[in-house]
Amino acid sequence: MAILTGAALGEPAPGVAEPGGQVHAGQAIGRIWRAIRSNKKAFAGAILLAIFAFLAIFPWVIAHDSPEAEIYGRSLGPSAAHWLGTTSYGQDLFAQAVWGTRETLIIAVVSGALSTFLSVIMGLAAGYLGGVADAVLNFITDVLLVVPTFPLLIIIVAYLPGIGVPGLIAVLVVTGYSYGARQLRAQTLSVRSRDYLEAARVRGERSIYVIMVEIIPSMTSLIVATFLGTAVYNVLAAAGLQFLGLGNPDSVSWGTMLYWAQNNEALQTDQYMWALVPGALIGLLGAAFALLNYAFDEISNPALARVPITRTRGLNPVVRRLRANRAD
Amino acid sequence: MRTGQTERLDTGLAGRTSGPVLEIRDLSVSYQTKRGTVRAVEDVSFDLASGEFLGIVGESGCGKSTLLFGIAQLLSAPAVLDGGSVMFEGVNLVNLSEHQLASIRWKKMSLVMQSAMNALNPVKTIGAQFTDAMRAHGVSSKAEITERSVEVLRMVGIDPVHLRSYPHQLSGGMRQRSMIAMAMLFTPDLVMMDEPTSALDVVAQRSLMVQIKELQQQLGFAIIFVTHDMSLVSHFSDRLMVMYAGQVAELGATRSVFDTPRHPYSAGLLDAFPSIRGPKVPLTGIPGSPPDLARPPQGCRFAPRCPKVQDRCKTGPVQLYHVEDVLVRCLRAGNGVSSGD
Amino acid sequence: MRFLLRRAAFFVLTLWACVTLNFLLPRLMPGNPAIALLAKFHGRLSPVALKAIEIAFGVNTNQNLASQYVSYLHDLLTGNLGTSLTFFPTPVSVVIRGAILYTLGLVGVTTILAFILGTLIGILGAWRRGGWLDSILPPVFVITSAIPYFWVGMLLILVFGIQLHWFPYDFAYDPSLSPSLTFSFIGNVIVHSILPAIAILITSIGGWILTMRNTMITTLAEDYVKMARAKGLSSRRIMFDYAARNAILPNLSGFAMSVGFIVSGAVLVEFVFNYNGLGYLLVQALDAEDYPLMQALFLLITVAVLIAILLADIITAILDPRTRSAR
Repeated sequence: MAILTGAALGEPAPGVAEPGGQVHAGQAIGRIWRAIRSNKKAFAGAILLAIFAFLAIFPWVIAHDSPEAEIYGRSLGPSAAHWLGTTSYGQDLFAQAVWGTRETLIIAVVSGALSTFLSVIMGLAAGYLGGVADAVLNFITDVLLVVPTFPLLIIIVAYLPGIGVPGLIAVLVVTGYSYGARQLRAQTLSVRSRDYLEAARVRGERSIYVIMVEIIPSMTSLIVATFLGTAVYNVLAAAGLQFLGLGNPDSVSWGTMLYWAQNNEALQTDQYMWALVPGALIGLLGAAFALLNYAFDEISNPALARVPITRTRGLNPVVRRLRANRAD
Repeated sequence: MRTGQTERLDTGLAGRTSGPVLEIRDLSVSYQTKRGTVRAVEDVSFDLASGEFLGIVGESGCGKSTLLFGIAQLLSAPAVLDGGSVMFEGVNLVNLSEHQLASIRWKKMSLVMQSAMNALNPVKTIGAQFTDAMRAHGVSSKAEITERSVEVLRMVGIDPVHLRSYPHQLSGGMRQRSMIAMAMLFTPDLVMMDEPTSALDVVAQRSLMVQIKELQQQLGFAIIFVTHDMSLVSHFSDRLMVMYAGQVAELGATRSVFDTPRHPYSAGLLDAFPSIRGPKVPLTGIPGSPPDLARPPQGCRFAPRCPKVQDRCKTGPVQLYHVEDVLVRCLRAGNGVSSGD
Repeated sequence: MRFLLRRAAFFVLTLWACVTLNFLLPRLMPGNPAIALLAKFHGRLSPVALKAIEIAFGVNTNQNLASQYVSYLHDLLTGNLGTSLTFFPTPVSVVIRGAILYTLGLVGVTTILAFILGTLIGILGAWRRGGWLDSILPPVFVITSAIPYFWVGMLLILVFGIQLHWFPYDFAYDPSLSPSLTFSFIGNVIVHSILPAIAILITSIGGWILTMRNTMITTLAEDYVKMARAKGLSSRRIMFDYAARNAILPNLSGFAMSVGFIVSGAVLVEFVFNYNGLGYLLVQALDAEDYPLMQALFLLITVAVLIAILLADIITAILDPRTRSAR
């Protein structure tokens, strides 16, 4: 589980706001949509997400069996009746995989959104208020940043046995907001001194106005990137926790599927599908978010985008097209 | 597009090599962008005599820096050399490989860039960066390296103790001068400078220019000096080249171009800097903005902004005309009409 | 020097914050978990042991929070981490000592390897832009870094362990052997750690490659690289001395963040492979509700991460002279 943003820690993302100009929210969103369509990676990620979203909202469309009913034959291999086989409790694996999308996606999206929201507030407050408030908020964020999140999650969740999805989300949000907060704070600091904000202040606009109308739209792509990065991480973290048996083992999600698979020694007993499919799905969902995230990096930092025609070897363009070389 | 005959002016300077140091012919550079091919430099030709000081002026985006890097073979993607030749002391640099270029680089031809803070490696000492350059060209004895490093720093008036300093520890002016010192390491025949004074305050600018001119007179190298500040460079240059939209607009002896500009653009540039001692004149600028070089206009590129534009200016490309001792890309000059009318 | 002092101060401050967090957490939870614990162990532990737990967790004591805190800190500083409930009556510190080397070896070595390899590949990818390496790298590694560590582990177990029988996939060493400093034992340990190491390597290297590539690309566009070319320096010298040395600096600070992630992933990997290091111990403690052991492990892991970050800061100070100047 690694961090994929190309921006250096704590430095504002280059090219996020146009130099010397304001960015309106509508403009930014339109730009983002066009960028998604044109970038192959972003497009692939978006399609994957759309498929998962469909499965989460309408699972009954392609999965006809109930995921929890333990009525089928036990530990069956893949067949026409059960596309992925069954568990050792006689549950249909395919149904579980499809229905499990819902809980996993809910965790990812809700915790990602809340975490991003918290990041925005903390980052903006620290950057905008400055002084003691900044120092205190910054310290809290920095501590949470370096404390290894997963062990912390384990400890907290261990003290709260049987924690449900809302509790899991809450814990994920509190421990995970710090990375985004740090980046947003850095961006706020750099944007705060720009001329058009000075102009707004001189005009007498209130701080809230300045923040809502001027600062936040200029950080749109950073906020989106934070959301995507946090979503990836939370998917993996939540799955990891459920895999270890924390969280509610009776719920239907990919993480709990893995938990039961591990408990029943699925790998050693030739029940490959049970062990591998949920993990693969988690990876795919994470990959969808990660692809979108990486594509946004390219969009906000044009230097990283695919070089149109020239290839380079080291620092030199490999292709040098010369017209007729006339020496007078 | 054909150019007129290019000129080789005898400036009377005691150059170190016979024959021109540089002969540029029809140099063109373009960029590949999403919007298409941008022709940043189009068919530029000129000669540079040994020991000559050529100033290249123009507004931002006119292609002067691109031209410089095109000559030095230092273009980076997505810029591509589109055509033309760069004869440096008789050798066409365009055809050389990186390896062959490396032996010419710095020894015969060096470079000074705009911001020393960006052009110097922030994690290496000044001395280490001097050493790099010398080692790359076969100087291996530590004593020799130190001796030469001290010598060039003294030349620009910096205490040699700063060989052990990092770039961020020096003041802006000192950084800039140490960059110039670095360029002097092998006393090259040509030093190219890309806006070396633009990052400095006015006083430091002046003293740096004086220093550069002194060094040139001492060591006899040729200089190409790119800047947007026409008045600054005209005090020191032998010849002046005005660029607009990737093309040469006017090229000639500094006094001629400065005192009687024949291209309306040059005239406009000069009018934007009224003399501090002259009569009071209303401030003028040049209305409008430079053309989009992905889709350059059909006729004269300055026509949309020219105060003296005529219908024929918009029909076809304009070549360089020979007027007395300057070259002008203006149809009016071609008819012997000065741009003052 | 001021930079290092500041980082050292941060280290101490964060350490204090984590220690305090560790102290406060069980006491903040609704219904002190120690109470449930006491109920569970009621018939099985001596009254003395039960009393010790009560004191450690602040249940039924007459001390107020402040004095509990002081005795907690005192215990920590004297190395008294409590008694493990799973391995009763072994003290926690002894339990940990048995497992720490395996984790240090596995996670420490793999992390450093991933960082070095990832950085080198990233440099190469940036150097040859537009080539096949550059077009394949980003999408492939973006995807591999999103794959859960434990899934890669499971896959490796399946393919190389169960199917091909190339490597062992259970425990840190053959359970029939007893730990000793002999070559055969150490060799056994190494063989057992190959699959887990590969799992960690595969998933973590992607991040390093991509971030290094991205920072290299930005650095290669800098003026001082152009200047280095103008001086006629060799490509290799430009790539390493001018470009990479500057490009790696933001990566080093990102290292601080990533160590936390790698440690997290290592916990799961150890679990999947039954690799008896600290992570596995943590999960065991979890299952048995062995709070003293869990707390101690969490603290230890946090300290290890903080130390790694401090080391990265020291290396940054060595490499970047700008941090050494007074700010």
